[in-house]
Amino acid sequence: MTGNSSTHRLPSYLEYQGKYTGIRAWILSTDHKRIALLYLYSQIFFFLAGLVMGLFMKLELIAPGQQIMGPQAYNALFTVHGLTMIFLFIIPGLAASFGNFMIPIMIGAKDVAFPKLNLFSWYLFIAGAVIILVGIFSGDGPPDTGWTFYAPYSLKTNTNVVLSVFGAFVLGFSSILTGLNFIVTIHRMRAPGMGFFRMPLFIWSLYGTAWIQLLATPVVGITFLMVVADRMLDIGFFDPAKGGDPVLYQHLFWIYSHPAVYIMILPAMGAITEIIVTFSRRTVFGYKAIAMSSLAIAFVGYLVWGHHMFTSGMSETARLVFSFLTFLVAIPSAIKVFNWTATMYKGSISLEPPFWWAMAFIFIFMIGGLTGLILGSVSTDVHVHDTMFVVAHFHYIVFGGAGIAFFAALHYWYPKMFGKMYNKKIANWGLIGLFVGFNTTYLPMFFLGFMGMPRRYYDYLPQFADLNLLSTVGSWIMASSLILVIVNLLRAKKGTPEEMDDPWGGRTLEWTIESPPSLENFEEIPVIDREPYELKSK
Amino acid sequence: MFSGYSNFSGGVDTAFAIIVGISLFFLIGITAVIITFIIKYNKKNNPVASEIEGSNKLEIIWTVIPLILVLFMFWLGWSSYIPMRKVPADAMKIKVTAQMWSWRFEYPNGKVEDTLYVPVNKAVVLNMVSLDVIHSLYIPAFRIKEDVVPGKAENYMWFKSLVPGSYDLFCAEYCGLRHSYMGTIVEVVDQGSFDKWYASAPVKVDSSVAAKPGFEGKLLSEQKGCIACHSADGTKIVGPSYKGIFGHKVTVETNGKEREIVVDEEYIKRSILEPEADIVKGFPKGAMISYKGQLTDEEIDKIIEYIKTLSEEKK
Repeated sequence: MTGNSSTHRLPSYLEYQGKYTGIRAWILSTDHKRIALLYLYSQIFFFLAGLVMGLFMKLELIAPGQQIMGPQAYNALFTVHGLTMIFLFIIPGLAASFGNFMIPIMIGAKDVAFPKLNLFSWYLFIAGAVIILVGIFSGDGPPDTGWTFYAPYSLKTNTNVVLSVFGAFVLGFSSILTGLNFIVTIHRMRAPGMGFFRMPLFIWSLYGTAWIQLLATPVVGITFLMVVADRMLDIGFFDPAKGGDPVLYQHLFWIYSHPAVYIMILPAMGAITEIIVTFSRRTVFGYKAIAMSSLAIAFVGYLVWGHHMFTSGMSETARLVFSFLTFLVAIPSAIKVFNWTATMYKGSISLEPPFWWAMAFIFIFMIGGLTGLILGSVSTDVHVHDTMFVVAHFHYIVFGGAGIAFFAALHYWYPKMFGKMYNKKIANWGLIGLFVGFNTTYLPMFFLGFMGMPRRYYDYLPQFADLNLLSTVGSWIMASSLILVIVNLLRAKKGTPEEMDDPWGGRTLEWTIESPPSLENFEEIPVIDREPYELKSK
Repeated sequence: MFSGYSNFSGGVDTAFAIIVGISLFFLIGITAVIITFIIKYNKKNNPVASEIEGSNKLEIIWTVIPLILVLFMFWLGWSSYIPMRKVPADAMKIKVTAQMWSWRFEYPNGKVEDTLYVPVNKAVVLNMVSLDVIHSLYIPAFRIKEDVVPGKAENYMWFKSLVPGSYDLFCAEYCGLRHSYMGTIVEVVDQGSFDKWYASAPVKVDSSVAAKPGFEGKLLSEQKGCIACHSADGTKIVGPSYKGIFGHKVTVETNGKEREIVVDEEYIKRSILEPEADIVKGFPKGAMISYKGQLTDEEIDKIIEYIKTLSEEKK
């Protein structure tokens, strides 16, 4: 298909003229690819906003004492940084953008199962974001609770908690509906011949993710409504003064918010699998092990939330069980790393930028995962719980893991999505800068945490000064590299169809169609007669 | 393997070191293998790939070995944690009260301090209550931490310190504006000095100073945590400063309406017992808890006396 495609190409989804023009052709489009780009652009916008907030936080922490803002501003800043990065960038994450774009194409379908619901999910996403934004700029000031909204502080503070919590509630529905849509799409829309075990592994990871979105998100939705009810109707679910229980809030919050970490990281792992297979230019090692480990992570990930609460005064039995289960969830992640490594064995590795991004992911993700073992073990967690150690671990997983995978996926699928190729040299230099900057920013935090510096500290004792300074300098390197990476992508150049349709020699379905794809992806729904990563028949 | 500053340091640090050791082994090992593969099997050195679909033997090996290792780590963490929950019967009981943004330590003989004095090599148990939001008592050098949860009086922690000295004590659970300033010191002293301190009168100063008006009020303000939000030198922290406030006119908000009042005994007492009744303009609502039941009328009078002295100086 690749050779003769230039002879009769349909207009791509970017050029296609429907009944709407201008911006309405985008915000009223039910094409999964256009919706994917709507998500992609909004997510990158929120990511950059969160990045700027993070830079200001690091600047404030460059030395002890007040630098550029007071404590209230700092507390509001880390709250809004968390809200933005978590709810508006990385929870939709790779699923909303790359998942939306790739699921139908990779399983050989024309669109998702419910295209209108898909667009509605994006509207909910934007509505939630607008509500949070209004909450920041109205009322008695931006929330200062931290993104976790722990009661009873979140019930007592005078800041605008209700709108933020309600915004997050609305965002939850966006996530639930996207999950539902993906599950039905994967079950019902696969091309003839594509059994479950012929699906690309990115799809498997999104399938696990979608179930978490569907089943875990409602819990946090209800919890957020309970916070709203506590604040507005004075009910006292979580207020000990009214007979409520603040620890109950933590349970309800983490029942969702721990699996939410897997919502962020599972699609990232899936994308990394695709990249490693494509650039190793051989079939994947241990297909079933990787597919099943995605489901295992999704399942066991439900049962480990208590490790966020080892110091909350929970019973010893609960601490024992949650610690045990937390260690079990490490296994499927380890299996993935081993299989990725084995996939490179006797490959013929093509050293293109997406491959290097994937390697950076593996290294940083390993540090994030391995430091998680310290947090899963009860006695060591008691020491570093609620310290900078946790901040470091979290950023290694969520930014260094899911965030870098997001950019890896962007570099990998960019030619497919836009029919353009970026400057590969600059992409590599940007990655090197990001890698150095990232580790300079976050590695010192592990040491700060071990030395005892608690998290969410506006000011700190002199013994923590040197490492904080180093971390701030790292944040500058990281931010400038990210700008370089993004500008490089924006300056990508159009290539010929021959160059863009399959620039990497990929083996999954998206590389059999045009770049950028036509409105309905496939002129004819393909019949799948080969294993997922078997070489395409010429 | 390690000794450290408390009876738990050794166990925790050993578990930490072993887990980090195993982790580093895997991090370096896997990275080295990946780099080797990149060199050996890149396109230039290995133009044709071999299609290897997997190996059940390898999958089992790299499932079972990590499983054994993580179970070992689980046991390490758990076995070094168990002693933290087993308080010896002879431990000295200290009641800890946390509130935004101060710590208060009450000893069996009624002594109250904002610094934690403990004798070296003696078991001490801290029974912790919070008056407002969740705090977390953290002594990094001792490797211990436990949340202080309002409405949950059963949270506790214990330790035996090993080396005399001063150690930092932090609040580790985010608790609002001055969270990062909610710290104090643990003073570990030898038994002799501790006994002398413990037996001494609450006010260990000569009578000429103690007799000075406002002195007891000043001590109370420190012990009860007032000074965490109300300064004595005119600085605005969270609430109005004590300095120069008595006898002055202020604008307050009462039930949503503004009115002018003069700060007198009655107003200060009402502000201590019902902080929400009249909020001075420009200060946040809901920042202060009621001290009903925490301060006696007599103690309130002493604090008022202290506030008065801070206004007289100015005149």
